[in-house]
Amino acid sequence: MTERAVRAQSATIWDGGVHPFAVSHKKLGMWLFIASDSLTFSALLVAYSYVRLATEHWPTPFHLWPSISMATIMTFCLLSSSVTMVMGVAASKRGEKARAIRYLLLTMLGGTAFVVLHLNEWLGLIREGVRLWSNPWNVPLFGATFFTLTGLHMVHVATGLIYLGVIAAGVSKGRFGHEEVEVSGLYWHFVDLVWMFIFPLVYLLSVSAA
Amino acid sequence: MSIGIEETHAPHGASLYYWVWIYLLAITALEVFLAYEHLFSTQVMLAVLMLLSVVKAGLIMAYFMHLRFEKAVFVLCLVPAVVVVISLLAAFFPDSYRLLELRVR
Repeated sequence: MTERAVRAQSATIWDGGVHPFAVSHKKLGMWLFIASDSLTFSALLVAYSYVRLATEHWPTPFHLWPSISMATIMTFCLLSSSVTMVMGVAASKRGEKARAIRYLLLTMLGGTAFVVLHLNEWLGLIREGVRLWSNPWNVPLFGATFFTLTGLHMVHVATGLIYLGVIAAGVSKGRFGHEEVEVSGLYWHFVDLVWMFIFPLVYLLSVSAA
Repeated sequence: MSIGIEETHAPHGASLYYWVWIYLLAITALEVFLAYEHLFSTQVMLAVLMLLSVVKAGLIMAYFMHLRFEKAVFVLCLVPAVVVVISLLAAFFPDSYRLLELRVR
């Protein structure tokens, strides 16, 4: 469709244009999912912030080393994987399939590094005696909110890894085109975006005073 | 394209994305620094961190998720609704301060 035709179409948005938003149905679907998922995460983050402020002696177990340093490296991994994702989307738009797949695999590498580092963090806390319902500092809500928030996010990252793997395989077989890559990119950036809230709220508000 | 949608993206190169990445990393570094300076009370710290995170989320949505290059009507239908609903959740916060001040010690 020529640009003029698109403009003619959007001129009749209010008459029921075929694509009033000028996005494909797959992209619109992913954006609607992101809107609803962001509300899920917001509810959890607000609930966490609420009990964080209302609790007088909230535990501050995160030392500069290893917890905060590791969490900062994890942030770096996710942000960098977002950049490689954007590069992958750009490459697939130019029709460079092999390059797009390479960038998708790099993105998955960043995501895998994130999950491995985060699981290591979890195991460290579990070894210290932090559970969903109890912990050494007698603020049960600490473990409950920490594991729920970071757990839900980690599920999203793990799902994203599978998603990107499927897309990369599909692109190499020629089953998927640019559109699918772009939509998977939206999901991946959203996972990155959510971590931008979890990192300061969960980690930086509980840094060890020492 | 079979669905008849022309890409409306403005021309932009890789350097734009690297710049956004650098900004995001810089804001992250600022957040970590603030966490160790203990300049504010927990309440103010929460507000400052949220503000910085909203800036980061805006950068990610605008550039990585290409919202800046979508049609305005799409962004206007999507973003304000989500922002309003999330903001409504903040209605609970005064109550959390009250819990802290009025509890039986």
